[in-house]
Amino acid sequence: MQLKYIDEFRDPRLARGVVGKIRAAWGDRPAMRVMEVCGTHTVSIARAGIRSLLSGVVTLISGPGCPVCVTPDGYIDAAIGLGERPGTILATFGDMLRVPGKRSSLEKERAKGIDARVLYSPLDAVEIAAKNPEKEIVFLGVGFETTAPSIAGAILAAADGRIANFTVLSSIRTIPLAMEVLASDPEVRIEGFLCPAHVSAIIGSDAYLPVAEKFGIPCVVAGFEPLDILYGIYLLLLQKKRGAATVENEYARVATQGGNPKALEVIGKVFRETDTAWRGIGVLPGTGLRIAENYAAFDAERKFGIEIPSAEERTACRCGDVLKGKISPPQCPLFGKACTPEEPYGPCMVSSEGTCAAYFKYGVQ
Amino acid sequence: MPGDKILLSHGEGGKRTRDLIRKVIVKRFDNPVLAPLFDSGLLGRLDGEIAFTTDGYVVSPAVFPGGDIGRLAVCGTLNDLSVCGARPIAISCSLILEEGFPVETLTTILDSMKAAAAEGNVMVACGDTKVVEKGNADGIFITTAGVGIVSDGWRPAPENVRPGDRVILTGTMGDHQAAVLIARNLLELSARILSDVAPLSSMLLGALSSFGEKVRFMRDPTRGGVGVSLNEMAEASGVRIVLDEGRLPVAESVRGMCEILGFDPLYLANEGKALLIVDGRAAEAIAEALRKTRYGKNAAVIGEVAEGPPGVIMKTVVGGMRAVDYPVGDQLPRIC
Repeated sequence: MQLKYIDEFRDPRLARGVVGKIRAAWGDRPAMRVMEVCGTHTVSIARAGIRSLLSGVVTLISGPGCPVCVTPDGYIDAAIGLGERPGTILATFGDMLRVPGKRSSLEKERAKGIDARVLYSPLDAVEIAAKNPEKEIVFLGVGFETTAPSIAGAILAAADGRIANFTVLSSIRTIPLAMEVLASDPEVRIEGFLCPAHVSAIIGSDAYLPVAEKFGIPCVVAGFEPLDILYGIYLLLLQKKRGAATVENEYARVATQGGNPKALEVIGKVFRETDTAWRGIGVLPGTGLRIAENYAAFDAERKFGIEIPSAEERTACRCGDVLKGKISPPQCPLFGKACTPEEPYGPCMVSSEGTCAAYFKYGVQ
Repeated sequence: MPGDKILLSHGEGGKRTRDLIRKVIVKRFDNPVLAPLFDSGLLGRLDGEIAFTTDGYVVSPAVFPGGDIGRLAVCGTLNDLSVCGARPIAISCSLILEEGFPVETLTTILDSMKAAAAEGNVMVACGDTKVVEKGNADGIFITTAGVGIVSDGWRPAPENVRPGDRVILTGTMGDHQAAVLIARNLLELSARILSDVAPLSSMLLGALSSFGEKVRFMRDPTRGGVGVSLNEMAEASGVRIVLDEGRLPVAESVRGMCEILGFDPLYLANEGKALLIVDGRAAEAIAEALRKTRYGKNAAVIGEVAEGPPGVIMKTVVGGMRAVDYPVGDQLPRIC
C-alpha cells in the first residue's frame, strides 16, 4: 500500500525553515495562546515534539476535540445497561471500551459476559444486525462531524434494508458552537484557534467565520502532519501580528470553504441539532446531534425508553478544566498518580487522542 | 490423505498416535537424537556456558503471509538463543492440536519447521503431541524450548553498554504484526505485507565472531516491537537511548497501513529483526556487515546511548524531542 505525501509534510529542512520564519516573525513578543481544538492535532504535536520546538513563541492549549473524552459517564452507564439486556450486542469504536462510567467500563463488563464488539465502521453493525435477526444490535454512535456522516449512512442503510434490530445510542457533538463557548471564556484566554482538519473537511472552513468575527480570534484550518501544524501556527501568528481575525485554510488539499455537500446532506437528513452535555464542561446549547423523528425507530434511547443523564458526579478529576484548556494535565492532582493510561480515572487519559494520555505518553512539558 | 482431520484418538497413545508421530512428525525431523524416541533426547557433552529458553506460540491465523506458526516457533526460539550470543544446539517441539485440525495444514506447518531448523542449523531433539477436544484450543499451539552454547570469550549483556555506544536495527519495523493483522481481515485492506519471520542465528553469531566485544548487547524486538525492547534494554543497562526518527526503517506498505489505522510501527511485533547496541566507533562497519547478510539488508544505525536518566527519547524528523514509553493496552485504531 503506497500512501503518497507523507514525507513531504514531515520534511526536516522545510520544518526548520518554518520554525525559523516563526521565530523571526514573532521576535520577543509574549507567547501567543493558541488552542488546538482537535485531539488528533494534540497527538501529532506531542509525537513530533512541536511544543519543545516553539517554546516561548506559542503556548499550545489542548482543546476538547477528543470524542471519547467528552462523552459523559452517564452515556457509558447507559450503554452498559443496554448491553446487560439479554440478546443485545453492543457495537463500538475501540477507544470507547476502556472509558470509565460511574461504576464500570465496557471492557470490564465484557469480561463479565456482555457482548461488546469493536468495529471499524458503523456499517459493519448493520451487517451484524442483518445476520443476527434474533439479536438487538446497538451501535455506540460517538464522535464529531467526522463520524456523523458514516453513522447517518448506517441508519439510512438499515432503513433501506428494513433492518428492525439495529439502533444507535447517539452522542455526537459539533465543534463550531463549542469553540464559541471557549472563545468567550475569560479564564482560557484564547488568542488563536488551530481548527480541526477532518471536521473541516466535512463542514468547511466557513463554519469558523462566526468565531473569528464575533470574538476577533484568528482561525486557521490545518492538516495533521507536522508541517501542516507548523505552517498553520505561522499563519495564526501573522494574523495576530497584523491585528487580523479571519479564517485561513492551510488544509485546502482536503478541506474546502463550503465542506462536503454529500456528507452534510446525510447528516441533515438523519440528525437534528440538540443541546448536549460535554463531559467535564457541562451542557452546551446546540452542540449535539440527535436522531430525527423520521428515523426514531433507529434511536436506542427512544426504542428502549432510556435517557442519558447529563449531570455528573464531582470528583478530583480535572478533565473538564483540561478540556477547556484552563490547566495543562500535570496540574491535575490525579495526573500520573491515581490516573495513568493503564488505570485511567478520567476520559482524557483513556483515549489515544486524549490530552492527558498524550502528555503522559510523550512526556510533553 | 487430503481432507483428513486430527481426531482425539491421535492423542490417545495408541496406534493412531504412533502413526502420527512416526509418519508425520519424526519423519520430517529425522536425526540420531530424536530417532530412538526415548523419553529424553541425549545431547552428549556440551562445552561452554549453556543457554536455555522456551516460548509458546498461539498466533492466529496459524498460516499467514510470509510464514506460519511452525516457522515462527522455530525462529522465535533460535533468535532468543542467538541474541544472547548462544549457538543453537537443539530445540524441542511440543504440539497441542485441536480435534478437527486439518492434517494437511499440520504437514505444511511441520515442513516449515523442518526448513527453518535446517536453515538455523539446529536439530529437533525431542517433542510431544497432545490433542484436545474441539473448542478447547484454536487449531494448533506450539511450544518450543531451545538449548544453545555461548562459546568462551565474549557474551553480550546489558552491563556492557555505555554512553557513546550506538543502536542498530537489522531491518524494517512491524512487518510481522502488520501481516498478521491483515491476514485477520480486520480491514478490507488489499496491501500485501509479508511477515519477516526468519532465523537470525547465522547473521547475529557472524556479527559476534567478527566484532566480538564491540557488540555490547542484543535483543529481538518481538511483542511490543522496537519501542518496548528499547525501553527494556535502556532499563536493563541503566542508560538513556536517543532515537533518530528519520533513521527508523519502515516498509512503505507497513507505514501506509499504520497511517490509515493509527498504529505506530515502533510498537508492532517483529519476528526476524534484532536490535544491537554496539561500540559507537564500529557502528557503521557493523551495520555494513549486517547489510551484506540475507536478513539484514535494511540494517540501520537508529540511535545512540547518552548520559542521563534511563529511558528512551526520540529526536523527531521535524527537530522536536519526545519520550518513547511503554504502550498501554492494545493499539486500537483511532476513531476520528
